[in-house]
Amino acid sequence: MRGIIGYGAYVPYYRLDRSKIAAAMSAGGGRGQRSVASFDEDTTTMGVEAARNALRNAQVTPTSILFATANPAYLDKTNATAIQAALDLPQETWAVDTGGSARSAEAAMRGARSSEGIAMAILSDLRTGRPTSADESNGGDAAVAFLFGDEDDSPVIARSLGSASATGEFLDRYRQPGDSFSRIWEERFGEQAYLALANDAIERALKAANVGLEDLDKVVIAGLHTRAVNSLSRVAGEKLIDGLESVVGNTGTAHLGLLLASALDNAGANEKIMVVHLADGATAQILETTEAIKSYARFKTVESQIARGNNSLDYNLYLTWRGFLDREPPRRPDPDRPGAPPAFRSQDWKYAFVGSRDRSSGAIHLPPMRVSMSGGAVDDMERIRMADVPATVATFTIDRLAYSLSPPVVAVVIDYDGGGRFQAEMTDVDPAAVEIGGRVEMTFRRLFTADGIHNYFWKARPLSS
Amino acid sequence: MASHGIKDQVAIIGMGCTNFGEHWDKSVDDMLIDAAHEAYESAGVVQDDIDAFWLGTMASGVSGLTLSKPLQIDYKPVSRLENMCATGSEAFRNACYAVASGAYDTVMAIGVEKLKDSGYSGLTGSAPPSDGTSSTITAPATFSLLAPAYAKKHGLDEDTMKEVLTRIAWKNHKNGALNPRAQFRKEVAKETISGSPLIAGPLGIFDCSGVSDGSAAAIIVRVEDAHKYTDKPLYVKALSFASGPATGALDSTYDYTTFREVRASAEEAYKQAGIVDPRSEIAMAEVHDCFTPTELVLMEDLGFASEGTGWKEALNGTFDLDGDLPVNPDGGLKSFGHPIGASGLRMLFECWLQLRGEAPPERQIDSDKTLGLTHNLGGQPGACVSFVSVVGSQLG
Repeated sequence: MRGIIGYGAYVPYYRLDRSKIAAAMSAGGGRGQRSVASFDEDTTTMGVEAARNALRNAQVTPTSILFATANPAYLDKTNATAIQAALDLPQETWAVDTGGSARSAEAAMRGARSSEGIAMAILSDLRTGRPTSADESNGGDAAVAFLFGDEDDSPVIARSLGSASATGEFLDRYRQPGDSFSRIWEERFGEQAYLALANDAIERALKAANVGLEDLDKVVIAGLHTRAVNSLSRVAGEKLIDGLESVVGNTGTAHLGLLLASALDNAGANEKIMVVHLADGATAQILETTEAIKSYARFKTVESQIARGNNSLDYNLYLTWRGFLDREPPRRPDPDRPGAPPAFRSQDWKYAFVGSRDRSSGAIHLPPMRVSMSGGAVDDMERIRMADVPATVATFTIDRLAYSLSPPVVAVVIDYDGGGRFQAEMTDVDPAAVEIGGRVEMTFRRLFTADGIHNYFWKARPLSS
Repeated sequence: MASHGIKDQVAIIGMGCTNFGEHWDKSVDDMLIDAAHEAYESAGVVQDDIDAFWLGTMASGVSGLTLSKPLQIDYKPVSRLENMCATGSEAFRNACYAVASGAYDTVMAIGVEKLKDSGYSGLTGSAPPSDGTSSTITAPATFSLLAPAYAKKHGLDEDTMKEVLTRIAWKNHKNGALNPRAQFRKEVAKETISGSPLIAGPLGIFDCSGVSDGSAAAIIVRVEDAHKYTDKPLYVKALSFASGPATGALDSTYDYTTFREVRASAEEAYKQAGIVDPRSEIAMAEVHDCFTPTELVLMEDLGFASEGTGWKEALNGTFDLDGDLPVNPDGGLKSFGHPIGASGLRMLFECWLQLRGEAPPERQIDSDKTLGLTHNLGGQPGACVSFVSVVGSQLG
């Protein structure tokens, strides 16, 4: 039996209270809040965080990664390779992108489900829209990762009973490459198109699974077409899983997975879950949870991440982070782009946060060194991955002069539990709350972009659990 | 295998030092010419008398041509050195060794830096291509790491720590107000210092050294030749340099309240000079006050105050111009700014004036001691290079 053997979600720390949009612009906005990727996050880094959450309690090593996003950090260059590297997965891993549309989420999910070995589908999206637009307000940023495998690999917690798809060529939403916003056709037109496609797919999926609507325990409906999703939701009644519109927003490519993760977070054994995705067509799938879900160890549930959100973000800062507001930089040189050969040579360090441990003295070196700082042994090191090790702040400073898209820069010197020290930049933190003795964990981020090169590396953030 | 030092083997016979400041009207060439010719005149030599040259600059030029072209030096050796913020001292150290070795009779060490042409705030540097993982925080931020660590270790509350740092800045500006060559030549009220806009951690603008242009130079000969040029040569007692393994940011035993490199270089310098108790034997010290917490920590690392007491000594005036051990009587980096290649030689220039009794009367130190110390630091806490020299007006 093949099915879902693990999953993890990532909802970024910041929230934009929608009322702040109207307050600033006298237009747009709405009620509730949307999640916001920080200035140092993109769909790749969020994908890494979701995958780390999925793998945290898993005893498996993925053999393939299928990454889907409508907002890729790079074109031409594969983004899944950075995720593979950040997860410290072996070279044998097959890491590929699908993308461009929200529908590509289905390619990753179905590809992972129907491939061999341990396959991980990662769905990630960072939703933007023109200031005051519905997309800006209703969108959200998140990522989610699903591990698929066979019962022999790891207990299957949910399996597919049947699925069906329908495809429709019609203009709903569209975006030219390079544009920072989508265009949308009149909503009532799309609603009719979607409802017809969805009803067809649902009917065939139920038939394939040999279950009736009344047999379902939970229903997930995701799609960027709000009106169609709302219409379809009526048939689900109380079985509908909350769409998280008021606390996260619609996370596009990631939303189908985010809502499924939310459903699985609260699912018991032998529950039937229908997942419907509206994106240039409709796909319906009937899942059934197994007994194994009872003992599945979740790491950072969707609900817990929503609860940790910080809604103090100001609208002008949000616009700055997304590149809609070009603010005066500090009178400092722009950062240098990283060099491709040095980054290649230090891939284990830069992407996987792997240091070196002296076999004789046990001293941990971050970054890795060939000559030990303790005893001077040469080339007697073993690799040690520190990405998941918590640490304590030894000293810190707030740098108000350094280049940053979101000054000030918070720098901390941290000592890891069990040994090892590193001077890190800190993120997702109120500078006034940093203190000696504070607890932190590592997170994969985009430090800056220079000459078209995204400079990925690790930062510290307050320990979340 | 041992380090021996060259105590009383070489001497400074002349020095030059430009005004430090925003020299919009002067090029690197202009400053080199001005400092070199002031040094020639001071020593009573002409350029043709100099057998070899050591030029210290971090980023204002590469190769010996940076000096030989503007000075029109005729086919003599010119070494260009860089050792971060200790660059000027490094030029001096290497020049001294060349004379002590017997290779040359008369040499010049000269340092220069033009920072104000970059148009940026603070220091900028060009690094080789990298993997992009190195820390990008600024110099004030790296040195500000000392403040909370020192305060916590020695039980100072935030207000007291700020008061200590403020007093260090106040003292150095007070000294600088008496120095016509300084970039900033006025006293600054403590309230202005403590209320200045924050740059990094608890450090405000007045806790940071300025950014300036400048140049300074020294002419060095063997001791036995020194009196041909002057009745009052300055004898070199000790030259030490320590470049650390840079493990502060890796090693959890490092607590950011000390510079291990400074302790090592100070110990070596005192050994060379035969100094047992620096606090009582030294007449004055010029130290690397790039940021106020640096000077605080240096007082302990250089042995001027015992560990954990530097802040009290700073508060009670020990290091004031009229204190027990005047530190930065010329105003320090605080008043001069820090043109990298020039600072180490600028520090020596103050020793040259003070130990020969030629400082202006309003800041001449009245002391029967004959030794002066310069300390120059490059890098950041946990990963730095440190230089210490001891010079004196008497042999033995």
